[in-house]
Amino acid sequence: MAGVAVSTTINGDSVEYLCQPDETLLDVLRDRLGLTGAKEGCGTGDCGACSIILDDRLVCSCLVLGAEAEGRRVETVEGMAHGDRLHPLQQKFLEHAALQCGICTPGFLIAAKDLLAKNPDPTEEEIRFGLAGNLCRCTGYDKIVRAVQDAANVMKGA
Amino acid sequence: MNFDPRYSGRNFSSVGTRPIRPDGVDKVTGRARYGADFNMAGQLVGRVLRSPHAHAKITKIDTSKAEKLPGVKAVITAADLPDLTDGDASMYDVLDNCMARGKVLYDGHAVAAVAAVDARTARQALKLIEVYYEILPHVTDVDEAMKHAAPLINDAIFTEGLEEKPVKPSNVTKRSQFGHGDVHQGFGHADFIVERSFKTEQTHQGYIEPHACVANVSSDGTADLWVCTQGHFVYRQHCAQLLGLEASKLRVTSSEIGGGFGGKTHVWAEPVALALSRKAGRPVKLVMTREEVFRASGPTSATSIDVKIGARKDGTITAAEATLRYTSGPYAGMWAELGAMTAFACYKLDNVKTVGYEVLVNRPKTAAYRAPSAPMAAFAVESAVDELAKEIGIDPVEFRIKNAAQEGTRASYGPVYGPIGIGPTLEAAKHHPHMKAPLAKNQGRGMACGFWFNFGGQTCTDLNIGMDGTVSLAVGTVDVGGSRASLSLVAAEELGIDYSHVKAIVADTSSLGYNDMTDGSRGTFSSSMATISAARNAIKVLRDRAAQMWDIPVDDVIWENGQAIAKGEKYGNLSPLSLKEIAAQSGKTGGPIAGHSELVADGAGVSFATHICDIEVDPETGATRVLRYTVIQDAGKAVHPTYVEGQYQGGAAQGIGWALNEEYIYGKDGRLQNAGFLDYRIPVCSDLPMIDTQILEIPNPNHPYGVRGVGETSIVPPLAAIANAVSNAVGVRMTHIPMSPPRILAALEAEG
Ligand code: FES
Ligand code: FES
Repeated sequence: MAGVAVSTTINGDSVEYLCQPDETLLDVLRDRLGLTGAKEGCGTGDCGACSIILDDRLVCSCLVLGAEAEGRRVETVEGMAHGDRLHPLQQKFLEHAALQCGICTPGFLIAAKDLLAKNPDPTEEEIRFGLAGNLCRCTGYDKIVRAVQDAANVMKGA
Repeated sequence: MNFDPRYSGRNFSSVGTRPIRPDGVDKVTGRARYGADFNMAGQLVGRVLRSPHAHAKITKIDTSKAEKLPGVKAVITAADLPDLTDGDASMYDVLDNCMARGKVLYDGHAVAAVAAVDARTARQALKLIEVYYEILPHVTDVDEAMKHAAPLINDAIFTEGLEEKPVKPSNVTKRSQFGHGDVHQGFGHADFIVERSFKTEQTHQGYIEPHACVANVSSDGTADLWVCTQGHFVYRQHCAQLLGLEASKLRVTSSEIGGGFGGKTHVWAEPVALALSRKAGRPVKLVMTREEVFRASGPTSATSIDVKIGARKDGTITAAEATLRYTSGPYAGMWAELGAMTAFACYKLDNVKTVGYEVLVNRPKTAAYRAPSAPMAAFAVESAVDELAKEIGIDPVEFRIKNAAQEGTRASYGPVYGPIGIGPTLEAAKHHPHMKAPLAKNQGRGMACGFWFNFGGQTCTDLNIGMDGTVSLAVGTVDVGGSRASLSLVAAEELGIDYSHVKAIVADTSSLGYNDMTDGSRGTFSSSMATISAARNAIKVLRDRAAQMWDIPVDDVIWENGQAIAKGEKYGNLSPLSLKEIAAQSGKTGGPIAGHSELVADGAGVSFATHICDIEVDPETGATRVLRYTVIQDAGKAVHPTYVEGQYQGGAAQGIGWALNEEYIYGKDGRLQNAGFLDYRIPVCSDLPMIDTQILEIPNPNHPYGVRGVGETSIVPPLAAIANAVSNAVGVRMTHIPMSPPRILAALEAEG
């Protein structure tokens, strides 16, 4: 099958790649570009481990084709920190131990970033529903919710 | 080695604090490498063909078309994994589970595998493999499988553990029995007796990371395996045995692990990946899809349990009895045995008897799932205990306190308890503010207790001190939830240095001696014991080096607060030498400084928990919502309290999912109907409240710091706690888990 040439922006950098027409953006990120931060927990849009932001919209990258990224902006967990300065969400996830195994963490961080961009001062309930598309099997979500609340407070103050 | 593991009360400076874990930054920046995040040059993509039938004879497999597809580099069947198990029955089962030999035993059973240049070619190749089946009758239900007329899954199985050897084969592989006293007599003294039957459905561990590995076998007999596992040393043994490799030539590296909960404790696809790599002469990466994870890995047992408990008017239990039937998939297991051992472990009983039956069914091979077998037994027992309390008219917490096991109690499964936490967790529950919070209509409060043994096992640890005075700690227990942080704290504590100067890693199988896997809540318990022992050995060396530097006898050197001190008046002019100063001189005083430890960590103190929960039932839909949840559990000593809380919360959340939603649903055809997260629904963030925790610390006498395992007990009480809450909210006793909306509605209607 002939490849599709794609020009896109990933975490602020212009990137060009060739991919198969039926290849998911998740596979492109992971297998072609070496960006393995987004994880595949299901491949069917049910777990959120592959969450990325595509033109300011939170999406499951396992449900997006690599070819669809043409001309758009992709944000992944690899782009959250500035140099060695962690994003407040990353910092708060560490401080609250909002991760045990950590496989869900990149997806949660991206989903939480999107949530706070749209609602900088969410209630606990809004956080819980805002993150309901992401599965975590380890934490029971308690510490994740607290980390997001704490990060929201820090970001409001900033 | 004369390491003394006994508890010695002491003050801690590092242990008990809550620093950021050493692997944390990598995990929040996407840099941490999990099973599927690793690649090798020239690697092929491996994929597995699975049976669509629950039970069938394989009459023929034709792989010739697949082999001819361009880009296909290897196709294998059971013929490429010859039986090298040499009479080891349980390894033979593992082998058969990796690749069906003659018969498929469940929907999802592997029958062939391919390695190809890319995923698409591999998928195409699977379609070209022709498998001819002769379909056999199947059975997936535990009670059905025990009936005389049930289809036989393995006609070489004759029930073990019966007084007389049976003449006919059966699906029951084993009967086991535990207890003491005379239950018949005990029931005779009871004023009240509750007798009930319960069922629980099969659930999956539900780790978010599917099984994944990269295998590379060289023609000279050496091999590398990168894999997400709870025990890379165990995987090495399994793979070496199944493939006929020398263990020392197979290096297994454990990736970061994206959840296991018992499901990553024995091999599934790894021997297949190695066999593919051997045949293709190239590295092979094999990652399961989520559907494969559900159909062919995990799950826990489905069960059917009868419980009978009798008590006097004053609330003393006089006798307790249970019969437990657990599915083990199509291979022999010891799951009912564990259920039978744990069922009444919380109580002090004069007359107790439990009988377990291991039952074969056409479902995937049962794997451990967090405190395996205990949650189902606790569901049955703790539901009956609540009912009995109600009949007697005594508060359920008081009833449990009155009958709780204590130090010196002979456990229902045999041993005599040392200091234990069941009483204290119940007292804490009784006085917890949660117990007095108001409830509204259709809301109810429930509580239940849980027990888990905890394991210790073989452990090997290296502690190396660098010339700059920093410490690298190499452990062999896979870190499933923050143990590198806990173990760094322990090393810092013992050496008397700052946590930030210790870096813990999980070493591969070629760099460290054998370690049992991280199961049975042993990770922090046993590796902390080995870390303490390794640090003490390093301190011996440090004292010796300081003695050399001072030119005084080593017996005059003590170690305190991270430095060597020359003890006695006569050395008044010698100022202490820090670890850093001693390390800097190591090249001149005898070379690198290290401490090693190899031990069998015995005495992993048993663990108890009491949970309290509030729920609300919607009488229109039958849906149940958890409103408030409290976990109280004994940790012995919480090394890193935040991660201990995390274990309590995570186990409770899994238990809540099990209680309310999760179940394997099989069709009449024996095929799994819900092999995905959409239809097998685990709790999401909006399903749960905050989960409050209370850590009790009743020191384990068999660990220098008093540590007990903390990872598993938290999944034991939730099933019963929620069932008891539902009963208190709407007056129906739920005897079938999960308590899904249709089941609750049916119960409400039956009650009318
Ligand atoms: S991998 Fe995309 S939602 Fe699960
Ligand atoms: S931390 Fe393991 S799945 Fe969330």
